[in-house]
Amino acid sequence: MGHMARRGMRWASSFLLAWLCLFAPWAVSAALGAVDVAMELRIVAGDDSEQAAQAVERLKAAGDPAALPALQAFDDGNLRVDAGGNVFIKTKNGLKPAVPGGAAQPAGGLKTIEPDNTVRRALLPALAALKLTSPDRDVRLAAAEELAKRPSDDVATMVKTALAKEQDSAVKTKLNLVIAQLDLASTDPARRINAIELIRQSGNIDFKADLERMVGKGGNATPSEKDPKVRDAASAALSSIETRVLLIGMVGHLFYGVSLGSVLLLAALGLAITFGLMRVINMAHGEMLMIGAYTTFVVQNFFQKSLPGAFDWYLVAAIPAAFCVCYAIGAVLERSVIQFLYGRPLETLLATWGISLGLIQTVRLIFGANNVAVANPSWLAGGYELLPGIVLTYSRIAVIVFAIVVVAFVWLWMNKTPVGLRVRAVTQNREMAAAMGIPTKRVDLGTFGLGSGIAGLGGVALSQLGNVGPELGQSYIVDSFMVVVLGGVGKLVGTIAGALGLGIVNKLLEPAAGAVLGKIIILVLIILFIQKRPQGIFALKGRAAEAG
Amino acid sequence: MNALAFARRLLSPRGWIAFGVLAIIGVVLIPTLNSAVSPESALGVSDRVITLLGKFVCYATAALALDLIWGFAGMLSLGHGVFFALGGYAMGMYLMLGIRGQGVYRSNLPDFMVFLDWKELPWFWHGFDNFAFAAFAVMWVPGLLAYAFGYFAFRSRIRGVYFSIITQALTYALMLLFFRNDTGLGGNNGLTDFKQLYGYPLALASTKRALYVASVVVLLFSFLLCRAIVTSKAGRVLRAVRDAESRVMFLGYDPRSYKLFAWTFSAVLCGIAGALYVPQVGIINPSELQPANSIEMAIWAAVGGRGTLFGAALGAFVVNGAKSWFTVALPELWLYVLGALFITVTLFMPDGIVGAVQRLVEKRTRAAAPAPAPGGAAS
Repeated sequence: MGHMARRGMRWASSFLLAWLCLFAPWAVSAALGAVDVAMELRIVAGDDSEQAAQAVERLKAAGDPAALPALQAFDDGNLRVDAGGNVFIKTKNGLKPAVPGGAAQPAGGLKTIEPDNTVRRALLPALAALKLTSPDRDVRLAAAEELAKRPSDDVATMVKTALAKEQDSAVKTKLNLVIAQLDLASTDPARRINAIELIRQSGNIDFKADLERMVGKGGNATPSEKDPKVRDAASAALSSIETRVLLIGMVGHLFYGVSLGSVLLLAALGLAITFGLMRVINMAHGEMLMIGAYTTFVVQNFFQKSLPGAFDWYLVAAIPAAFCVCYAIGAVLERSVIQFLYGRPLETLLATWGISLGLIQTVRLIFGANNVAVANPSWLAGGYELLPGIVLTYSRIAVIVFAIVVVAFVWLWMNKTPVGLRVRAVTQNREMAAAMGIPTKRVDLGTFGLGSGIAGLGGVALSQLGNVGPELGQSYIVDSFMVVVLGGVGKLVGTIAGALGLGIVNKLLEPAAGAVLGKIIILVLIILFIQKRPQGIFALKGRAAEAG
Repeated sequence: MNALAFARRLLSPRGWIAFGVLAIIGVVLIPTLNSAVSPESALGVSDRVITLLGKFVCYATAALALDLIWGFAGMLSLGHGVFFALGGYAMGMYLMLGIRGQGVYRSNLPDFMVFLDWKELPWFWHGFDNFAFAAFAVMWVPGLLAYAFGYFAFRSRIRGVYFSIITQALTYALMLLFFRNDTGLGGNNGLTDFKQLYGYPLALASTKRALYVASVVVLLFSFLLCRAIVTSKAGRVLRAVRDAESRVMFLGYDPRSYKLFAWTFSAVLCGIAGALYVPQVGIINPSELQPANSIEMAIWAAVGGRGTLFGAALGAFVVNGAKSWFTVALPELWLYVLGALFITVTLFMPDGIVGAVQRLVEKRTRAAAPAPAPGGAAS
């Protein structure tokens, strides 16, 4: 009894399946063999392009992966047909039959067939539809993208089948969008709402124009959507997408702002240290950046010539090189000029300006007045595309990371080493520190060297972002001073806040006001800010504050 | 300081005589040599030299203006190029409208506007076809900017290097602004191709001579005005502010108004210098606003001797004379020379040429008569 019932069930279910096969829309694709691939390919290879296009459509509807190699070859121009109408694919190793089991050898009179426009219009979606069954995830993703560009009702079934089997979320999203796009044009309001919901969830900006048309925004004022319910759903989805675009845009600006802030931080950090310690306004600081960048250039050339195998790692070698070169130059400057000018900040300013002129001219005489090319190593080339138009380049990300590392090192050096302790002591009270036996002169020398060395590191970073020329430092000096003024003196956190604040505000203002007006607005803001907090964001309290 | 002693000495008969001799040389002798003596003869002064001297005289006026606030009020401005350029631009706008119809495009608009396809003058150009209006703008535009900037800066007690940095940022920002084509002042190329000033063609030697004489007269008057300020009671307060601002405040003075006055006056003076400079060199463009130019002004004053007024003007002549010579003869070396000037002056000659000469003279007089050192030298 039970046995009979089970058999009856099986029979019923297979009947049901057959019935489904007959009447359900995807019947054709499920019933393999309903289309003879070899036969259709003959028509495709025939002379009549209308007929060929129809054959391609049938192959697409059949969804038999067996047709894929031939159609791909057709698209690539590698399809050949012989006098007997047998179709072959040209490969590197010669000809092979387009369908397994076809004629093995051409029967003479081989000719190349290429799709004309009529055929190609059918061919591309057909290829994409067939590729949805590919085991390769990237191929499926590309196929789904292709289908999303030219959706048509006949692929819907195939997409749905593929969707049911699909495991990869990225491909799934794309396939869902294909369906949504088709449903958006459907006459059934429920399906349209469904589609809009899908679009809202995906947050895909490609649908912005469609949705705008539906609610009557943008170009045409009258909404194309008649159903108020659907229209409400559409406007909700639209505002959600707009928020997303705005958010991503903000993230992009924020990223550029943080990136600029890191550059400013690297440029201003050394300045803040030397100014904080010895009240020395080092106008040649920008030139230390420039020399750091040129050191990178020299190291790059050395690697190009002597170690081409390790070229990608030249940047790693340039970091200590730039630091040492700038440290040495800074130490020489301190000994030869600056140590005689302590306590006369304005004179130091002029003297260091004179030094900067000499450095610029020297670099110009050695390397020429034109910009030199510093290449990104291959591991810094390229970037991550957040949205069309917003690319987070790896070099900028690297500069941000680099700035964090440098700041961490400076912090450790200042707060956790005996040398840092001395530096802080001299910063707070020079006479008292000297009385305690701290060799203030040596501390000055070391600190000035360190400040210059950090600028050299900044130069390495700058060389990866833009042009390297003798005037490189001049364009950063004003901004670095703004950072120091804004951040206040003698506090690392002030410099960081000043640099990031300046960078971010700059980049947020730029799209609205333009680069130049943005800079002017920032200057005005800084002047107004100093009204409120003359000592910067993080002011030193007590006696140290009076010394300025 | 020697400054006070020097300013006093100018009141002495010997000082007046020296001033008179220099004035006669500048206003009478050199123009006469230019117009009456052939340039080939040993004493002849060519038109080129007249224009060059006129340029230096304008620089000297600017250096004088800078010395007034740096040497006497202790504020090192690294943004005086702004006021110089603003005066220059105001004059340039007048000269630009003087071209009307004679430009490349034969348009009533300046050439660069035709080039940008503008149909009418921007609003701030109106009135600049009137000489009196332009001459007035030469003074009030820099003056107003300086007043507004100084009002905020001094109110928040920005001083010392902070003040220098902020003024440098000011000139940097304005340079960026003037580089824009949309600003409506010729962008990158600035204003140039001037034809005539108040009806007199600029190409004529007599016009050049007149401009030179006007520049010298302005320099002499500025000198007298600055000297009057420096030796007045207000000047004394200014010097007190320079040496100990907090103490001045505790004594009941408001240093802000004194500083603001000197600062604004200095800016106006600089604007006038710029206005006289532009018709002589024939161009004004945003490169005048480069921070480097403003810092160079400081070195003029420093080389001559800051806080002496006379020294600042002298320094402008010396440095720019050297620049003219080097950029022709040894162009690669000029930046080294300039850099070395900055360093040596700050390290070895804090009082500049005037101070060095004074010390030499004092040494000699002391050697001749071992009398006690002249009193009144504040430190």
